[in-house]
Amino acid sequence: MAEAVVLLDVWVSPFGQRCRIALAEKGVAYEYKEEDLSNKSPMLLQANPVHKKIPVLIHDGKPVCESLVIVQYIDEVWSDGAPILPADPYARAQARFWGDFVDKKIYECGTRLWKLKGEALQEAKKEFIEILKVLEAELGDRKYFGGDAFGYVDIALVPFFAWFYTYETCGGFSVEAEAPKLVAWGKRCMERESVSQTLYDPLKVYEFVGFLKKKYGVE
Amino acid sequence: MAAVKLIGSPISPFVLRTMIALSLKKVEYELLPEKLGEKSELLLKSNPVYKKIPVLIHHDRPICESAVIVEYIDQVWPESGYGAILPADAYHRALHRFWTFYVDDKLFPSLVAIGKAETEEAKAEAVEQFRAGLRLLEEAFVKLSEGKAFFGGDHVGFLDVMLGCFVVWIEAMEEVLSLELLEEATMPALHGWVVSFRAHEAVKEVMPESGKVVEFFKMIRAMRMKAAADAAN
Repeated sequence: MAEAVVLLDVWVSPFGQRCRIALAEKGVAYEYKEEDLSNKSPMLLQANPVHKKIPVLIHDGKPVCESLVIVQYIDEVWSDGAPILPADPYARAQARFWGDFVDKKIYECGTRLWKLKGEALQEAKKEFIEILKVLEAELGDRKYFGGDAFGYVDIALVPFFAWFYTYETCGGFSVEAEAPKLVAWGKRCMERESVSQTLYDPLKVYEFVGFLKKKYGVE
Repeated sequence: MAAVKLIGSPISPFVLRTMIALSLKKVEYELLPEKLGEKSELLLKSNPVYKKIPVLIHHDRPICESAVIVEYIDQVWPESGYGAILPADAYHRALHRFWTFYVDDKLFPSLVAIGKAETEEAKAEAVEQFRAGLRLLEEAFVKLSEGKAFFGGDHVGFLDVMLGCFVVWIEAMEEVLSLELLEEATMPALHGWVVSFRAHEAVKEVMPESGKVVEFFKMIRAMRMKAAADAAN
């Protein structure tokens, strides 16, 4: 039943996109509800009282919060689709480790690239390039982070592929120059319908960040 | 040559988490403490990304990040010792994982902020933030425990392990700073949970002595204050 699964989300959110990609990969029908974060719905406030944030997956009336918790939940409930996390315990631990790395590093550092100026921006740029290089090394020559199969780490990271243009433009560097394998990986992921149907054009993301910059009074 | 090694010592609550999990599973392992202020070759090689403890080494392969390690332990030794740590159904697993995120992302940093606060105001603010977080966990406990002793119901579950590792630190800070953090009056269920958790055989086996944690906390506080004083001069 489609109405049994609802996703509270915001179009541009990379965290929401993780959930959309996972649901698409599993072929799960769901109702998408766009939230206005300046006017949060009672449904959102009730479903995520602790953080009042999206994404929230509501399954049979029960809310699940935190994007990577949601992705794991989707993997476990719709277990007859292709697995998102590998079955082998060691491979699974590696996937969780790298998913956590992406979670801890990309968004926070990336945000500093468009919010800050001067010394602080240069510091953020250095850190972000370092993060890219670590991911580049981890990916190596594999098709996906999960190896031959598109999986958890790919899902955790790929929404940010649409943000690379924004990050490199604000930061004054080239993602492709620093991490060519990562860019090739992103393009491969975009060949998957679940990804291409979910990610927005990088220019649209850049435009959105422009609007955020005005809102926060960033030059 | 032990098949299972753990780098770290139980003074670190994140190491303690993994020790509680290993203890619950009755898995034998070799504990490899690090020297304070010095990182071993083994640690740097096993955790090149963060260079932090804990690191579990199983059949010579390293696993890093305490939450990842505990899930790994639960998956590799599913039926051993006291049985499963993660709940059986997907929704409860999601709830335990959600609250673990909260503990690591919000609760623990606010606990650290109490210890680091340099003014009375900063301390009071950090204390209030921490208590507010505990009140949320009090509510979560009532829902998840369903009247039983643990977040996992009648057995120690994932969130019990992920939160319980901080109990001895909370108590040490209460003693050293003369504060009440886990207030019995406003958090009666959590108070009861602490007693049950501390009384569990598997937890007792690995829980560091309160005295040791108090001494360690006093020592790092003194080190920090000295560093701040030196920097000011």
